[in-house]
Amino acid sequence: MTKYQRSSFEYLKPFLFCPSSALSLCLSGCRSLYQLAELPETHQILRQTCRDYADRELTPIAAKLDKEHVYPAKQIQELGTMGVMAVEVPEELGGAGMDYLAYSLAIEEISRGCASTGVRGAKEQKKQWIQPFTTGEKVGCFALSEPGNGSDAGAASTLARQEGDEWVLNGTKAWITNGWDASATVVFATTDKKLKHKGISAFLIPMPHPGLSLGKKEDKLGIRASSTANIILEDCRIPLGNMLGPRGAGFKIAMQTLDSGRIGIASQALGIAQASLDCAADYAHKRTAFGAPIGKLQAIQFKLADMAVAVESARLLTWKAALLRDSKKPFTKEAAMAKLAASEAATFCSHQAIQVLGGMGYVTDMPAERHYRDARITEIYEGTSEIQRLVIGSQLLKEYQL
Amino acid sequence: MSGRVLVGVKRVIDYAVKIRVKPDNTGVVTDGVKHSMNPFCEIAVEEAVKLKEKKLIKEVVAVSCGPQQSQETIRTALAMGADRGIHVEVSGKDYENLGPLQVSKILAALAKKEDAQLILLGKQAIDDDCNQTGQMTAALLDWPQGTFASEVSLEGDKINLVREIDGGLEHIKINTPAVVTADLRLNTPRYATLPNIMKAKKKKIATMKPADLGVDLTSRLEVLKVEEPPQRQAGMKVETVEDLVGKLKEAGRI
Repeated sequence: MTKYQRSSFEYLKPFLFCPSSALSLCLSGCRSLYQLAELPETHQILRQTCRDYADRELTPIAAKLDKEHVYPAKQIQELGTMGVMAVEVPEELGGAGMDYLAYSLAIEEISRGCASTGVRGAKEQKKQWIQPFTTGEKVGCFALSEPGNGSDAGAASTLARQEGDEWVLNGTKAWITNGWDASATVVFATTDKKLKHKGISAFLIPMPHPGLSLGKKEDKLGIRASSTANIILEDCRIPLGNMLGPRGAGFKIAMQTLDSGRIGIASQALGIAQASLDCAADYAHKRTAFGAPIGKLQAIQFKLADMAVAVESARLLTWKAALLRDSKKPFTKEAAMAKLAASEAATFCSHQAIQVLGGMGYVTDMPAERHYRDARITEIYEGTSEIQRLVIGSQLLKEYQL
Repeated sequence: MSGRVLVGVKRVIDYAVKIRVKPDNTGVVTDGVKHSMNPFCEIAVEEAVKLKEKKLIKEVVAVSCGPQQSQETIRTALAMGADRGIHVEVSGKDYENLGPLQVSKILAALAKKEDAQLILLGKQAIDDDCNQTGQMTAALLDWPQGTFASEVSLEGDKINLVREIDGGLEHIKINTPAVVTADLRLNTPRYATLPNIMKAKKKKIATMKPADLGVDLTSRLEVLKVEEPPQRQAGMKVETVEDLVGKLKEAGRI
């Protein structure tokens, strides 16, 4: 045990002998809960390295990237070299061989510097499906949503029919992050309409490819340095071997991928929330009004306190979900809770940060307005807050056997 | 030739932190303050790792003298590519009084013990700005020294060095074994990659005490008082050169 684990364990000893069933339920659900008080040394070094990188390389250019809609290609490449884009890939295959908690920390620190770069890192993890087909440097994207259905993922109207030794896909996918920069995409299409969501299958399509075209880059409110576009499939033909997993398993694959993806997006939202808090606290220190720094005023202190509690509780939920995933335990509910808490923390903190900054919060000279715009999407993509509540609710009911 | 390089790394208060003097004026506040590796030490580690990548040296050993937390600094050096670490434990009052002379004695003893071919250090630490450890270590070992290095290249058993001095750049050639201290423009330290951070976990850090190396830590210096620099006074603008000369004469400066 490390020094940190030992001290936390000593603190928890009295509680371990408490006969409360709720406590034992909690402990059996996450045997590493006591580790959350202090991160292991490797994770601390990782977090510091990513923080240094974000402070030196991302924060100075974030405003410019946002204003000019420029994709941070050089920085993404550098992060790739550092291993941040392949955190879970084993060392033998050139990855970092680290766990999901490490990945979550990395995404949070990068998003603190630049949310658009963070979202690239968060979406990268879905590459595991594309790994066999592309080399390490290439980027993939995940195409589930359609113009006619986002939350209603089971109603995929993109169709796939078999013709000889090929699949032929027709339809449109919407809101695809990294669409313009990807070398391959995972597309979810209906193979058997009668089976409803059990009739959806996953397909890998390399890009560019005949029959696959990209729509225009969306002009978004936030995360403007990251590209979002439609993917249009018109008689797009791919070999039979390009189906991922068994026929009809598409919906399940999508949901499983989303579970992990939610931890990534939660981490990104945490980064934005933390950046807002840092910005507000720094301003409260420097700005004087009524004869003293505004940080002395209770109104400001209460805001900062609420922001800090929101961030820290969301962070612990995110770490817990990551630790559960690392222990290969079920983590669907915790991932949904993390994403819900973190995205709402991001919008809350960025909103309050503008309030603390007053007029300065409304102009582009300070990053507060960019955080406000970047935070908003976190409550929508990778499952809206409403969907997260549905997921949590149904998981809870299962636990209570209702 | 052992092909072994010792790199000294010092744990200092992070460069971005605002330094505050303790209320009793005995020193600066260090409790709970963010610490990191001295920037010039980072440059030294980077240079050592680069030499290893070029296969000009075989092993990089990171050394730090200080309390338990110095191991974090050594761990960072390992994550950057050092092979193993040595932590010389100095804590409490001894640590407060630890200065370049004692550290040089420790480094000199280690260099002999480890049969080092080269000692790479930062030119100075950003907390005390002494700029003495490299020079003292070389003197104690009777080794040549190349300080303020902005370029280092190994040529057989000699080192070609470019030094940044007040007059410009000085090119020298020194024999090995030698002590080299790194200046700002020697290189740009790398960010530790995640695979290297994981590998660093498995690398060994040996711990020892100064007494094990036969080093006496008694300080010849006594800190009397630490105080903040005086608050900067506002300047004044003058219209002409004559006014400037007049004002300087008035103030008794010329």
